[in-house]
Amino acid sequence: MSGLFTEAFLTSLVLGALTAGLPLMLAGLGEQISEKAGVLNIGIEGMMLFGAYLGFLVAYATGSVWLGFLGGGLGGMLVAAPMALFCIRMGLSQIVIGIALTLGAEGLTALLHHFQFAQSYPRLPAVETLAIPGLSAIPVIGPALFDRPPIVYLAVLAVAATAYVFRSTQLGLALQAAGDKPAALDAAGVDVVRVRTFAVFSTGFLAGIGGAFMSQVGAGIFVPFMTNGAGFIGIVLAMQARGRPLWVLAGALLFGACLSATTALQVAGVSIPTDVIQMLPFAAVLMVLVLFGRRASLPPALGTHYVRGAR
Amino acid sequence: MSDTTRIGGDVLPARRNGARRERARLVAMALLPVLGAIVLSGLVLLALGVNPVSYYGYVLDRGLLNPYGLQATLTRTGPLLLIAAGLIVAFRAGIWNLGGDGQFLLAAVIVAALGPLLAPALPVWLVLLAGLAVGALVGAAWSVLPALLKAYQGVNEIITTLMMTFLGVSFANVLVKLAFRDPATTVPQTRTLAVADRLPRLFDTTVSSGLLIGLVAIVAVHLLMTRTAFGLKLRIVGANPRAAIHAGLNVPLLTMATFAISAGLAGLAGAVEIMGVQGNVRADWNPAYSLTVVPLVFLARFNGFASIAFVFLFSVLSIGGESAARRTGVPNFFTLVVVAILLIMLGITEYLDQRRRAAGK
Repeated sequence: MSGLFTEAFLTSLVLGALTAGLPLMLAGLGEQISEKAGVLNIGIEGMMLFGAYLGFLVAYATGSVWLGFLGGGLGGMLVAAPMALFCIRMGLSQIVIGIALTLGAEGLTALLHHFQFAQSYPRLPAVETLAIPGLSAIPVIGPALFDRPPIVYLAVLAVAATAYVFRSTQLGLALQAAGDKPAALDAAGVDVVRVRTFAVFSTGFLAGIGGAFMSQVGAGIFVPFMTNGAGFIGIVLAMQARGRPLWVLAGALLFGACLSATTALQVAGVSIPTDVIQMLPFAAVLMVLVLFGRRASLPPALGTHYVRGAR
Repeated sequence: MSDTTRIGGDVLPARRNGARRERARLVAMALLPVLGAIVLSGLVLLALGVNPVSYYGYVLDRGLLNPYGLQATLTRTGPLLLIAAGLIVAFRAGIWNLGGDGQFLLAAVIVAALGPLLAPALPVWLVLLAGLAVGALVGAAWSVLPALLKAYQGVNEIITTLMMTFLGVSFANVLVKLAFRDPATTVPQTRTLAVADRLPRLFDTTVSSGLLIGLVAIVAVHLLMTRTAFGLKLRIVGANPRAAIHAGLNVPLLTMATFAISAGLAGLAGAVEIMGVQGNVRADWNPAYSLTVVPLVFLARFNGFASIAFVFLFSVLSIGGESAARRTGVPNFFTLVVVAILLIMLGITEYLDQRRRAAGK
């Protein structure tokens, strides 16, 4: 336990929190957009997983990290497409279709992985980092936060951009109305179906990139079922953040720290079975729900299908 | 035909001359998604370069036609029926208990640890009874937190039960690896319950009597939900919680009861799986039955008898699929794809039916 507060330990803790937290943040951010527009997106776990698979596949085939992330985003949108069609257009149960998409993505990626990579288990080379001059020289935080792959900075910018869109744009207002009172949005001449479809595809894109981050940056390899509930944690983050993207960022880093405690403790020479550590984030989520459950506010029209003229 | 509960849409009272047509419609709506799913997942197989006809032929042979396969299928049906019964109670009461896998696995681990301890000291029937009771209690205990949060705080139970499942699966692994580990084996697993101390087999077959427990449970649940005042109360809560409060029902208490029954049945399934089939729990074992039973219960429209048919069909697919994985090289994950397609086909059938009825009105 002597090395618990050395610089190496602290750096690996912060770095781990960021690496594990970033996919959660992207998932939470994406889910928040869906929820704001009145769509409870249970399929987000499947979107992340498919993004992780396709991102890995593209990065492995082309050797380009950026194309990999683009592939991840597209992978997430591929899973979002049936969600948009079945739930937004046809009005099928968002929960049933969400479960189906998650199960389907799990099965499909595991199958594809089996036929393509199960013999070779190829790895990707480490993703190049971009050191921000000045900031990266700060001890502990510098190397952990400001010498990261460029996608990290972009993802944080995406949080700020989403916050701006929610607060100050027509689109943000439309998203909010689609979740709060879709009939009013319809009366104002905005197509509810179109707004919600946009929201679901945004979720797919962000969750897919989050998944691709897990396979490309976090692990360097695709393993079946690798998202392991990250999408569901994203749902909780979105609920607790109550429509505020910056809170998603903070919550994701907190959960990321829980998730990454294993590696940090190993650096410090403490060995705990990984299963104990895997319980931490979920235990933390439940604790948050016990303490603040009542305060998680959700849009009134969440999970309901909008039919014009129906009462 | 009083219990034609649907996911959406209104229930029209079937007129006498329309009763037969109504029944035919319900059968068609249950069978069309199955056919669609088989065809579409066959296309997935084709895309993977596997001959779907020979794959399905092999699955059918190993899951249904071959006597050993059939017995394995019937044995698998037992725990799945218990899980289905638990889901029916919850879904009819409008509660999304998606935490069945955690409830199942934790009950399985505790029962697996307890069984070999009790077996030398007590008569077999008492050990089995104790195991079943403990399994049900552990399952129910693992749902107390989501139940309290739902009943008294209004926290969405989908999220809490899913979180409890992830927590429970990891916790089960911790228990197997640290607390209940059999010191005699190198691979972490619990002590093994001797074959003589397990649930008796039916007649001269290898079919576990867990099948009977499952059948009794699902019929009991069906009658509970359709023929008793308690079941009616739960269905009112499910249909309209606000109306239920105005009708003077104690909604929080009924919510707690629903969770306890639903999760208790999932835990019972874990006990039956261990004492009837596995005998022990290996580390990282998680069959994840619960989420895959969800679509079957939907296909059956929460009807217990129809659920038996679909659970049996799924057992054929899953036992046959396990054999096929070894022979044809298509891993078991394929079953997940079939289930996903089945769910989506189910939704589409529902949608088309509603449109057809709306057009006919």
